[in-house]
Amino acid sequence: MGKETVIPFGPQHPVLPEPIHLDLVLEDETVVEAIPSIGYIHRGLEKLVEKKDFQQYTYVAERICGICSFMHGMGYCMSVESIMGVQIPERAEFLRTIWAELSRLHSHMLWLGLLADALGFESLFMHSWRLREQILDIFEETTSGRVIFSVCDIGGVRKDIDSETLKKINSILDGFEQEVSEITKVFLNDSSVILRTQGLGVLSQQAAFDLGAVGPMARASGIDIDMRKSGYAAYGRLKMEPILETAGDCYARTSVRIKEVFQSLDLIRQCIALIPEGEIKVKVMGNPKGEYFTRLEQPRGEVLYYVKANGTKFLDRVRVRTPTFANIPALLETLKGCQLADVPVLILTIDPCISCTER
Amino acid sequence: MSFFSMTKTLIKSIFHGPYTVKYPLEKKESFPASRGRIEINIQDCIFCGLCARRCPTGAINIEKAESRWSINRLRCIQCSYCSEVCPKKCLKMSNNYTAPSFENVEDEYCNARVPDNKENNRNIAGAC
Ligand code: SF4
Ligand code: SF4
Repeated sequence: MGKETVIPFGPQHPVLPEPIHLDLVLEDETVVEAIPSIGYIHRGLEKLVEKKDFQQYTYVAERICGICSFMHGMGYCMSVESIMGVQIPERAEFLRTIWAELSRLHSHMLWLGLLADALGFESLFMHSWRLREQILDIFEETTSGRVIFSVCDIGGVRKDIDSETLKKINSILDGFEQEVSEITKVFLNDSSVILRTQGLGVLSQQAAFDLGAVGPMARASGIDIDMRKSGYAAYGRLKMEPILETAGDCYARTSVRIKEVFQSLDLIRQCIALIPEGEIKVKVMGNPKGEYFTRLEQPRGEVLYYVKANGTKFLDRVRVRTPTFANIPALLETLKGCQLADVPVLILTIDPCISCTER
Repeated sequence: MSFFSMTKTLIKSIFHGPYTVKYPLEKKESFPASRGRIEINIQDCIFCGLCARRCPTGAINIEKAESRWSINRLRCIQCSYCSEVCPKKCLKMSNNYTAPSFENVEDEYCNARVPDNKENNRNIAGAC
């Protein structure tokens, strides 16, 4: 047995887009334990609910995360709508689904880029982000924002997409699909990428279940869990099956996310074909009273929204359990026994989003 | 496993040239709906205070007695909630980004209303 050394990893590290600190206990080059500490970007957004009324808080909720911003707003709005017994128009449900899937697309493209960057494959990183730009442009045209959209509101959505634009989105996505299938072949087939990802950080199905992994992390280990199957928003009317892999290594997690990119494209097309005409928003009167739990599928996994309201315009409590938080125990498990040089890739494969973990 | 899976994309990119825009020589036009600066048509404002009450960041201040409407541009998060609730529709969101600012000041707009002299009212408006 070699001598144990502790190497601090982060909070500032080239592969980390956001600050998380890990104390890596090493024996030679092998990690035997990883001790995480978070708390570098806590912003107190849950506490802010005492100062902002429940309508203003929609704008706070979507600022919890810069990547799944739409789905944070949506989770919050769905909770408040359920407490108030508001049924939003069907068109709004479909529009929310389209934006949610576009968010998944742009989040997964961002992640693919970051993975390529962690592997040292810079041109692949730039091409992934170049493609992501097309999705951001669709967002800017339809919601007015590139990453923070302010388009989801209690009672529906604030902006409509006309049929011309829907057609245009369809044709942009056709081009996008063609280009993205070229790029993703590199992630799945290129020898240098495979050497870095295959067989690395294996998380068994039982371990994923015991540690409460969510999202692509759990699905890559063969756990059939996808909140979209519960049929919230318009998902109940769309055809989709969760994408599963069984290997549970970094390659499987990459492959799940890549297949989800194509699944999202398919879901958006289904939405565009099925979207009904009509209103996009209903007027919401009064204040909410009661409590509610919402579960949504974000790009990184399942998010829980708990809202408790007391009948005034200020809510009692908002609590968010974000997917990265749920995936950290699984990450620590996969880190055990890996080489120091593989740590950045392993951390990236959970797609960490620290600012929503800390809020 | 393959070794040259990236080659096709790379060769295409060489012939395509840069995908980026050569700012500031070339400018990328914003979309008509893009979010930008909040503009006010102060002549129409009735100083009801709705925009200030609803603004999530408290960026807007209103002095009804002095007919003054002011906005702290650095606080504004460009959510356009104010322009939605304004009963007179005098707030508008332009699609240009807010210009960089060097100090944290409030932009003030006044409309000194002189009740029976509309002509005069227009002249004074915008003078401060
Ligand atoms: S809501 Fe409109 S009319 Fe009322 S104070 Fe604000 S800008 Fe003026
Ligand atoms: S756009 Fe939003 S943040 Fe800015 S002044 Fe209007 S309400 Fe306030």
